[in-house]
Amino acid sequence: MQALRRKKVRHMKLTHQDFDDVRVVCVGENRIDAACAIQFKDEMRALSDSGPARILLDLQNVEFLDSSGLGAVVAALKAVRHGQRLELAALHPTVQRVFHLTRMDTVFTIHTSVATAVEGIANAS
Amino acid sequence: MRPEGNLAYQNFWEVCPQPKEHELRLILPATDAAVRRGLQTIKHGLEPNGLAADEVASLEIVLAEILNNIVEHAYADDPEGLIDIRLSQADDGLHCLISDKGNMMPGGEPPLGLQANLNCDIADLPEGGFGWFLIRELAHELQYAHIDGENKLSFRMAIGQKR
Repeated sequence: MQALRRKKVRHMKLTHQDFDDVRVVCVGENRIDAACAIQFKDEMRALSDSGPARILLDLQNVEFLDSSGLGAVVAALKAVRHGQRLELAALHPTVQRVFHLTRMDTVFTIHTSVATAVEGIANAS
Repeated sequence: MRPEGNLAYQNFWEVCPQPKEHELRLILPATDAAVRRGLQTIKHGLEPNGLAADEVASLEIVLAEILNNIVEHAYADDPEGLIDIRLSQADDGLHCLISDKGNMMPGGEPPLGLQANLNCDIADLPEGGFGWFLIRELAHELQYAHIDGENKLSFRMAIGQKR
């Protein structure tokens, strides 16, 4: 008998808010881990496909991210359209640590908060 | 600890190991959801040890990677598998022993976990292979053995140390 696979389809809580030329995607979960990495990747792809040139991923609720979660964030970066950008904001210390240890903090633009990231464009324009 | 003492008493300890004050043992089903819950239980269970937030973070990263690997690889064909986690606080850090009865590590050795090369186009960035790198960055004296059908991984986390 085929054993039931343990990977359940888990809905990932992603909410988004569109500003002039930036879509802020907020992760409602407190972890991005092996249990939800695939859903995260798929939902991020849909949100970047339909989004403006700049996507800001707000990670303020995410207290923990494992290597599967990191892989999913990298996959989200690779999935953006030509000319579209994915940036990160509000990393918890543990999440920041994973980005730093793997040197992924050199690949992503990371903002301390959504306010500073969005204020940045407001001031520049 | 007790240089003297009678043998009968010692035998009792050998036959019936009692939970020690600074030890934590947890047996988990090998599923993503159980790993999530298990990590919460461990963090809660270690609260009396008074670890700093960054120490808890290091431990959670390492344990999450090891447990995820066991779920995904060692027990890839066995949804009924169990993972046995033993943590013991000593003066030089937290000693961890993790056992499972799943598939042996490929080649009988844990992966080297080399730093991924990120000097490439975004399209070529790696989406995996970070797990063993993180484990080897944060864990000390990592040892692996496959004995009597059981994988045993032991290591020390340099956390909660007494000088």
